[in-house]
Parts: sequence; structure tokens; C-alpha cells
Amino acid sequence: MNWASWLVWGFASTVVLTTVMAGTQGVGLTRMNIPYMLGTMFTPNRDRAKVIGFGLHLINGWLFSLIYVAAFSVWGGPAWWKGTAIGFVHAAFVLTVGMRIIPGFHPRMASEQQGPTVVRQLEPPGFLALHYGVRTPVSVLIAHLVFGMILGALYMAPAAHAMRVLTSAS
Amino acid sequence: MAPPARHRAQAIQDYGVIGDCRTAALVSRTGSIDWLCWPRFDSPSIFAALLDDDAGRWSIAPRAPFRSERRYLEGTNVLETRFCTDTGTVVLTDLMPVASEEDKRRHTFPGHELVRMVRCERGEADVDMAFAPRPEYARRPPRIRDSGPLGLRIETSPGLLVLRADMPLEISDHGEARSRIRLRAGEVRYCSLTFADEQPAVLPPLGRWTQDTIERSIAWWRDWTAELTYDGPERNAVVRSALLLKLLVYAPSGAIVAAPTTSLPERVGGGLNWDYRFCWLRDASMTVRALFGLGYAREAEAFVSWLLHSTRLTRPELRILYDVYGNLPKAERTLDHFAGYRGSRPVRIGNGASDQVQLDVYGEVVDAVSYLVHEGGTFDRETQRMLSTFGAYVCRNWQQPDHGIWEPRSGKAHHTHSRVLCWAALDCLLTLHARGHLAGIPADMFERNRDSIRRDVEQRAWNAQLGSYAATLDGDDLDASLLLLPWYGFAEASSSRMKQTAVRIKEQLGAGDGLLYRYRTGESPGEGAFGVCGFWGAEYLALGGGTTEEARRLFERLVTYGNDLRLFAEEIDPATGDALGNFPQAFTHIGLINAALSLQQRLEGRRPRARRTFSPDAAGAGQPVHP
Repeated sequence: MNWASWLVWGFASTVVLTTVMAGTQGVGLTRMNIPYMLGTMFTPNRDRAKVIGFGLHLINGWLFSLIYVAAFSVWGGPAWWKGTAIGFVHAAFVLTVGMRIIPGFHPRMASEQQGPTVVRQLEPPGFLALHYGVRTPVSVLIAHLVFGMILGALYMAPAAHAMRVLTSAS
Repeated sequence: MAPPARHRAQAIQDYGVIGDCRTAALVSRTGSIDWLCWPRFDSPSIFAALLDDDAGRWSIAPRAPFRSERRYLEGTNVLETRFCTDTGTVVLTDLMPVASEEDKRRHTFPGHELVRMVRCERGEADVDMAFAPRPEYARRPPRIRDSGPLGLRIETSPGLLVLRADMPLEISDHGEARSRIRLRAGEVRYCSLTFADEQPAVLPPLGRWTQDTIERSIAWWRDWTAELTYDGPERNAVVRSALLLKLLVYAPSGAIVAAPTTSLPERVGGGLNWDYRFCWLRDASMTVRALFGLGYAREAEAFVSWLLHSTRLTRPELRILYDVYGNLPKAERTLDHFAGYRGSRPVRIGNGASDQVQLDVYGEVVDAVSYLVHEGGTFDRETQRMLSTFGAYVCRNWQQPDHGIWEPRSGKAHHTHSRVLCWAALDCLLTLHARGHLAGIPADMFERNRDSIRRDVEQRAWNAQLGSYAATLDGDDLDASLLLLPWYGFAEASSSRMKQTAVRIKEQLGAGDGLLYRYRTGESPGEGAFGVCGFWGAEYLALGGGTTEEARRLFERLVTYGNDLRLFAEEIDPATGDALGNFPQAFTHIGLINAALSLQQRLEGRRPRARRTFSPDAAGAGQPVHP
């Protein structure tokens, strides 16, 4: 594994994913705000939640990119289309499984069965996160496809890296 | 259930207002929310029955015939409407919750919420609720979806509306949810309407939590009111005016909107219908003086910060109005599908006056900013540079015609008021310079121009035949804004010319009982007396144009023209006392507060606190010219 390449491109792809999500939220395509959702697991304070959540989201993205890198290494090396394909699976998993189970472990999220309580007031995302707007699945999908594409295109496997070093030395 | 009956919009004064320093809603005497824009004052409406019967409302009221009375809980913007029927008494409490920063750190709150609590106080009564949102100015019918314990959901382009209520709700085909419940003495029901635009909605639970929310809001408003330092005549009216002003503050930026409504007519059935959900620089100096005068330095400084920020992009030119973030309002458009308030069409959104030229705003902005140093602050270099560029702009342009304070759409003229405000801008800058607050200004140029403006006004605005200053240079018409000349330090209130002017204004613009029309030029025939002008008349007396008793009597008379909640619209129909124009209006309430402050100072034997002027004879230091 090329640690330096993972550090750089894992971080870069996470920044792009966060930017795409924030952009689609800003133009009104979705109300999904992952930093806010993550941050409210730790504080009810709206402003602090966004800051904490942003940090957590960056770390999450970095860690998730490790899985992509691992997949590249068992799939014959990175390629943009492989990254995109993994991004599609990632988005599908987040939308179908992740969004369904999040009310189960998020301490401030209401459940669809019981409704809100004094502590649990945050609207649950629902299937495909459709509660956050009908275009939410599209924006999540686009963000993850871009995430995977960047990693697949720019992450350099160790062999390729060694080859490039040798070529430049000769 | 039967489809809803058609309603007629109630009289303007039959509305009350609730708000959360981001937006506001109008609640009728019959328990109907007929106006609400979310998420901010100038956003598209969700309820607009005020302007069209089919444009959305949310009503809660007893089914049986009732008599209603209402009040604000003391020191708050929490509205209570009491319905008395033959079988029982029901109390409806309406508010848009607010909370302290401390509370916000401890709990999760919705970004935007409107809470309604209905409680049976005596006997029993059937209560009907009809919820008919019509988002985006009722351009598209809404789809209400029942999400069970998560409430009723209405997806709109700007965001998600969620209604939760602890009563059975039945969704009808008309895009409505209705409920009928029987309440017995002591029983309470809660409703919460939230709006989420940027992130997942926060859905507050009902019951004890809602009660706590109401109590938190009451405490928040009362804490704010406790800071008010005024203790003069008509204190309750001044407190209400201060609370209204606070309600019209857009807290994230510090801007203050002129009114929360659009197109409430200056003449019922006519076309003088404008969108006031913006911030006018014209009101700046008086607003800042009112806030500082009442002891609200924080709000005054936030407003001045907004002024400095909002004018940054257009400096040294100033537009006459901006939106809450200092952007120019969108182009004026008409909502042709709206019938208008009692047929008053067109209904306008946006404001075409934003393109007008108003030279008086320079005096207003300079004077407003100068309050910062009067109250012990200092200017940074950028502010000093900005003030200097405003002065230079005034020197270059004061001889130009402008549209004037009332923004007529009939063209430009040489308005006396505007010219006096140009004088006030330069005089204020020279005062600040003389006191060492403002460095690097071309003082000689400012002084020359200031003196030229004075000569120009004294020679050309004084009409000897009329025996008064005139509204325009070399003109014959009067304008109530001339009563402000002493306020800006241009003339002594007790001077012969001002006394004659005040007499002529009373003769020609008087609408009876101390009310004044702003002008009589045929520009807008049939409009009412202008609320703020009456208070300018009272303040003129307090500043030295009359005796203390005269000022007090007039002020106390004018205060009675507010509605039962002490709220004023822009205008008053002198024949009926009805409110006219956008409601409630900050400018009128600012006039009320300033008149009260001047009167209080006069009663206490202190110098009324109008603008301080430059006096070259006073050893280089500016001196107040008022008695």
C-alpha cells in the first residue's frame, strides 16, 4: 500500500465529497447534512454540532477510502471506473442500510415508530433518505461516485509508484 | 367535514403579530394566521389569506359564535386570544419560540417554529382547527402527507413544513388538514409547525416540552424588556413599540425591516400597495437614536454594523433600501393570481423604489454611525474613510434633484428635506472632526458646501408668501417632513420660521386630532394620515416648538390611534381610525419612541436629545443647539 498516496487522495476525495454534499444542500436539492447529523450525536448545540461533525466526517471519509484502497489492491490496481463502481456500491449501502439503521444508534434522532421525544427530535432520514428531499438519493450517489472516481484515478498503487520512480531515475 | 367557508380579510388593525427575530406572522382576532413567510421576512409566503382568500391560513377557534379579546403577555411578543362562547371560554396562545444562547447549547431546537396552544379556561367548547398552507405565494397546491408520529409533512421548494398536533387530524382533498375537538375546563392541546430548509428537521415533542418552550420564550422576552430604561409618559405604548422593533430585527444580520407585510393598501381598493419587507436607510438615524435612547445599545450597534456592511458594495453611492443581508431586493413583480387585500391590487413583491435616488440617506447614515461615538465608541480607519467618502459624495451631488423621502414614482425634484439632510451629513462630519473622532477629511470643502446648502435652503425653501418652509425649493407645497428640521439641528424648534412652518403644516396637512397627512400633492389621493408624521408633530413640540403640556397632550392623543394591542400601521384613516398600509410598521413605532424620549427629557428638564450640531463659535467644538 502506498501510504502517502492514500493520505493525500483519501483526504482530497473526502473534501470533494463533503463539498458536493454541501453544494447540493446549499442549492436546495437536499436537506441531508452529514456533518450536522454526526455532530448532533455528541452535542445538541446546532453550531458546535456542525463543527464537530465536519471533523468526524473528514476522518470517516479518510477511513472509508482505506476500504477503497484495499479493494483496488485485490482487484488488480486502481482505475477511475473501479473507483466509481465501488462508489456506487458505497452510496447504495449508505442510502439503503445506513440510513435505515442510523435512528437506532443516533441518540438524538426520532424514530418513525415512536415519533420525537424530549431528547430524540431529529428527523429520521427514512428509506433512501427521502425524508430529506426527493433528490437526496441523487445527490448522495453523485457525491460518492465522484469520491470513488477521484480515488480510482489518482491513488497510485505501490507497483505503479515504484515504476514511476524508476522511470524518472533513468 | 364541509369545505371551508369563504372569508373576508379582517380590518388591518384586527391583526396582531408574533415573531422570532427572523420572520413574523399575523394572527387575526378570530384566531387565524393569515400571513407567514418562512424562513425570513422576505421569503415567499406560506399563509397569505390576508391578500387572497385562497392563499393559505391556519385557524383555530371555537365552532360556536364567540366574542374575542386579546393581549400580549406582559413584556413579551406572545399573543393570547380569549374566545368567549355561551358554553365556555377558550384561550389561544400564539408565539414563535425564542431561546437564549445558553438554552440553545443545552437543547436541540427547530430552526423555525410556530407554536399554538389552545386551553379551555371555563365550561366546554368545540374547537375547530383548519390548516391550509399554500407555500410559495400559493403558486402550487401543496401535498400533505401523513407520516404518523412524525406529523404531517409538506415538501416545498424552499424546505419542509411539518405540523404536529395532539389532536386527530384529517387530511382533505383541498390540501387542508382539519380537526374538531371538544375541550373541557382545564384541558390543553398543542400544535407545532416547523420549517426546515438547510438540514434535517428538528421535530419537537408536544405536551410538557411545548409548555417549557412557551415559558422559555416568555422569559426571554421579559429579560429583554427588563433592559428598557424609559420611564416617561405612555410607558406601555413605548414598551410595545420597543418589542415590535425587536421583533422586526433580523437577528443574524442586525437589519430591521420596515414591516413584515407586503401590499396592505394605503387606500383600500387602490393600487398604493408596496412590499415593505426590506430595510430602508431613511429610517437609520431615528432607529439608532430610538434604540440607544431606550437602553438597547446591543441592537443599535448591530444595526449600525449592518449599515456599514450593507452599504459596502455600493459605496459611495447609497441605495435607499436593501434586503436583510445588504443585497438589493429582487426586481419588483406583481402576483396577479392574488385578489389583494379587499380587492386592493396589484399585490407586489420586491420594491421598485430601490432604484431611486434619495440624497437624504447620506445624512441618515452618517448621523446613525455618529451615534457610536456619542455613546462612547470610536471609529476604525475604514469607517473614517467611508464617512469621508460620503461627505465628498454629498459635496459633489447635493445640488442634484432626487426622489425625496416619500419615494414618489412621479420623478425627481429639489426636496427641502433631502437638502437639509445633506447639510446634516456635512455638519455631522465636521462635528466629529472637531471632536477628534474623524481624521483626514477635507474640512474646508465640507464647511463651504455645508454653508452653501444652508444659504440655498434659507433663500429658496423659505416661501414668504406661504409663511413657511416649502416641500421643494422655490415651491408652494408643504410636507410634514419639514417638522424634522429641528431634529436634525438645522433650525431651532422655537425659531420664528419653524413656528410659522408648524402652524402652516397643521393648517394644511392636519387630519384632525393631531394626525397629519405627509403631503397634499395629488400624488396619492385618498390615502390616510401618516402615522409617523403625527409623532413628528409631537416631538417638534417637545423639542421646543410648544409647551411641555402641549407636547404631552398631543402625544397621549396620538397613542390612542394604535389598535388594542398598541400596534400601528403606516397610516391611519382619520375618519374611522382604521389602520392603513403595511402592518405593523417600524417607522411609526420609531416615531412614537423618539417623541416619547424627547418628551421625557423635556419633562425632566433635560435637553432633548436630537442631533448635536457643529458650532464654529464654540472654540472649535461642536455644541448642541437645542434649548
